[in-house]
Amino acid sequence: MLEVQTYPTVGEAASAMDDQARFLGGGTLIMNRVNYGDRRFNRIVRTTDASLSEIRVEGDRLEVGAGVTMAAILASRDLDFLSPAARAVGGPAIRNMASVGGNLMAPHPYGDLAVALLALDAVVRMVSGEELSLEDFLARRNGVVRSLLIRRPRGDEFRFRKVSRVKPKGVSVMSMAARLTRSAGRLSGVRVAYGAMASTPVRVRAVESALEGVSLDHAGITAALSAATEGLDPPDDPIASGWYRREVAPVHLRRLLLGEDAR
Amino acid sequence: MKSPVTFRLNGSETAVFVDSGANLLDVLRRGCGDLSPKYGCGQGSCGACTVLIGGEPHVSCLVLAETVAGRSVETTGGLSNGPDLHPLQRAFIEGFAAQCGYCTPGMLMSAKALLDRNPSPTRSEVEEAISGNLCRCTGYEPIIDAILEAAKQRGAA
Repeated sequence: MLEVQTYPTVGEAASAMDDQARFLGGGTLIMNRVNYGDRRFNRIVRTTDASLSEIRVEGDRLEVGAGVTMAAILASRDLDFLSPAARAVGGPAIRNMASVGGNLMAPHPYGDLAVALLALDAVVRMVSGEELSLEDFLARRNGVVRSLLIRRPRGDEFRFRKVSRVKPKGVSVMSMAARLTRSAGRLSGVRVAYGAMASTPVRVRAVESALEGVSLDHAGITAALSAATEGLDPPDDPIASGWYRREVAPVHLRRLLLGEDAR
Repeated sequence: MKSPVTFRLNGSETAVFVDSGANLLDVLRRGCGDLSPKYGCGQGSCGACTVLIGGEPHVSCLVLAETVAGRSVETTGGLSNGPDLHPLQRAFIEGFAAQCGYCTPGMLMSAKALLDRNPSPTRSEVEEAISGNLCRCTGYEPIIDAILEAAKQRGAA
């Protein structure tokens, strides 16, 4: 029998967690499991703590609560750079429910927002107070997240692209995000992340290092395109085979980096 | 274990006992007897169970029922005023926008949320608004036409 426990603060909720419990955010992941009779948990833990839905802004530093929904991101002027990624999640009803924290836990091929956050070097602040990189969080995926700390990208340095067969709402063949920081006209300290190309959203270090010190044009990115799937073993699923994902990744990476329109 | 939940369903105060972990769709259909929202996939992919909570579309199969306590829930069951159909319902009938009809209640609620916020949407705004609702019969075109027609009729009224 499933038990639901509701706590007034997220701290109390986090203390009630164990391996038989699941933390309910927007419900799009957990209720799905409940509906399909998942027996790996027997408790749902939730909180009515409104602080989880806050968006705080201090200059170009943002703190986005784990309970902020995709719809709330789309409605926030401060988070306009995340709009393309938030809009890539589900349809309007899902976006009214699905939360930032939940997106970090979404199984393949979901988690498009997390791809964008990974390229933005987001830091995960846990309820315990611990802070860790999103990359480290994705490697372990446990604990209750309080918020994400994000630095606002400058100008047009941030790019996001979701590749899907059905529009406007379709599941990812892959999603890609890049933060193309420059120094003296050359790329420097670039971040590139993919979704649906591994079991979780991943940073692509081979591409990042191939972009170091080059100019952002066809000639400059050649080596990065050759390294597009280096070290990756993209999964097979009903949306696309791993082979297909690997074959088309360089094309989508080129479009992402050069800002070309897909047809 | 059952717990009591009270909320407004189509404008009427409603109180039901819900099973622990029950989803809102189940409670609306079995607890409240409102059979208008449909169970399609149970995973938020099809949109047949779409209802409005606080005026915004939600897939009720993924809503933990007790989270709607104190809130306002609207379903297709509350769209018509007695024998007077909602402009969207009339436009769907006149435009043959319903074939098997299973997706229709979800389509109507997604469309209502759109028109309540944006009384004269463009075609692409309509496509976006119903992008979470699957229809396997119509090919969508008659549905999009009907929503645009309803917007026109509401504007003219």
